Amino acid sequence: MVGNRYWNSLVTPLIGENPITLQILGICSALAVTTTLDTALVMSGAVTCVLALSGASISLIRRRVPRSVRIIVQITIIASLVIVVDQVLKAFAFEISLRLSVFVGLIVTNCIVLGRAEAFAMHNGVLASILDGIGNGLGYSLILVLVGAIREFFGHGSLLGKQILWTTAQGGGFDPLHLMLLPPSAFFIIGGIIWFIRARRPEQVDRSEFQIRDELQEERR
Amino acid sequence: MSDLLDILLSSVFINNLALSFFLGMCTFLAVSKRVDTAFGVGLAIICVQTVTVPVNNLIYVYILAPGALSWAGLDDVDLSFLSLIAFIGVIAAMVQVLEMILEYRIPRLYRALGIFLPLITVNCAILGGTLFMVERDYTFVESVVYGFGTGTGWALAIVLLAAIRERLKYSDIPDGLQGLGMSFMVVGLMSLGFMAFSGLG
Repeated sequence: MVGNRYWNSLVTPLIGENPITLQILGICSALAVTTTLDTALVMSGAVTCVLALSGASISLIRRRVPRSVRIIVQITIIASLVIVVDQVLKAFAFEISLRLSVFVGLIVTNCIVLGRAEAFAMHNGVLASILDGIGNGLGYSLILVLVGAIREFFGHGSLLGKQILWTTAQGGGFDPLHLMLLPPSAFFIIGGIIWFIRARRPEQVDRSEFQIRDELQEERR
Repeated sequence: MSDLLDILLSSVFINNLALSFFLGMCTFLAVSKRVDTAFGVGLAIICVQTVTVPVNNLIYVYILAPGALSWAGLDDVDLSFLSLIAFIGVIAAMVQVLEMILEYRIPRLYRALGIFLPLITVNCAILGGTLFMVERDYTFVESVVYGFGTGTGWALAIVLLAAIRERLKYSDIPDGLQGLGMSFMVVGLMSLGFMAFSGLG
């Protein structure tokens, strides 16, 4: 069924082939912008937009681009889209764009965008590429929002800037965990999420590297 | 002079690009399985970073920054919105040039780096270093030091991680944490360790 195929390219990247936890793509920004929920949300939106638009435009010209220069063409398209997103953010959400600082610009080198352009948009039609872009963007957003929510909730006791648990400084009983606002916590949380997903779906587990005999055989070959 | 030392120390240890800004994570996690390849990538990053950050600094200061074109009589031209595309172009070109130089002059290093050299073009540590340089208004000399420092810090981090992962190969890790999950935990602990440097500056 045709509809089914489109539905699949939208839904599988959510958990089954999540770009962050399985494909190891786009981790840099996932970790850096998640100290609060609102930056995570804005970043997710930006990346999803760029993914969908770059998927569309690259799949439109996929038959006219010579293979030898395709990477340059893709990077140029992606960089132009990111510039547009960056300018829009600066115009309409200046404060948040200051807090995201260099990370909006870094969407250019975000491996998700180039990875999906290379792996999917170069071989598929426009509609499928857009859906694939949105699907991967949502999969990325899911992890980003989850990590952002955990870090803001335990680090500030708030969500989206709204106080939920009153901290001791404000006369409540909650002592904020400052570790959550520091870089290491992002690594631990994403590691934990990966552990959780893979415990649920054993087929995603990495092959153990403890098979010494196999490696010897490979070397002999 | 002490300013430069400050920039160097902070870019190698305190504001390590990999461990406190999470830049270049994809390469960082993907090629850190063996110490010798990690060392090669680290070396390539140091080379590229030391060249691209100062070059991008010149391009930004003399062409792209608001009012930078006043030497050409164009006082009110602001090309800074073009900076992303210009920077990525410079990085791609520099990587290409470096590849050619290495191939003719130091073929051993060229062979050791292999596929990782072209991949550096899409490494966010390189673009990130340049963007931070712009955001902090470094001068030319400062940007040379900053480029070298960030490259060195990144290389240091990936070699350390590779060494830890080589040892981890023989340990008994729960199934779900095997591979990627465990690397995240290790990097988290390393990043915690590097935070101890923050009093150094």
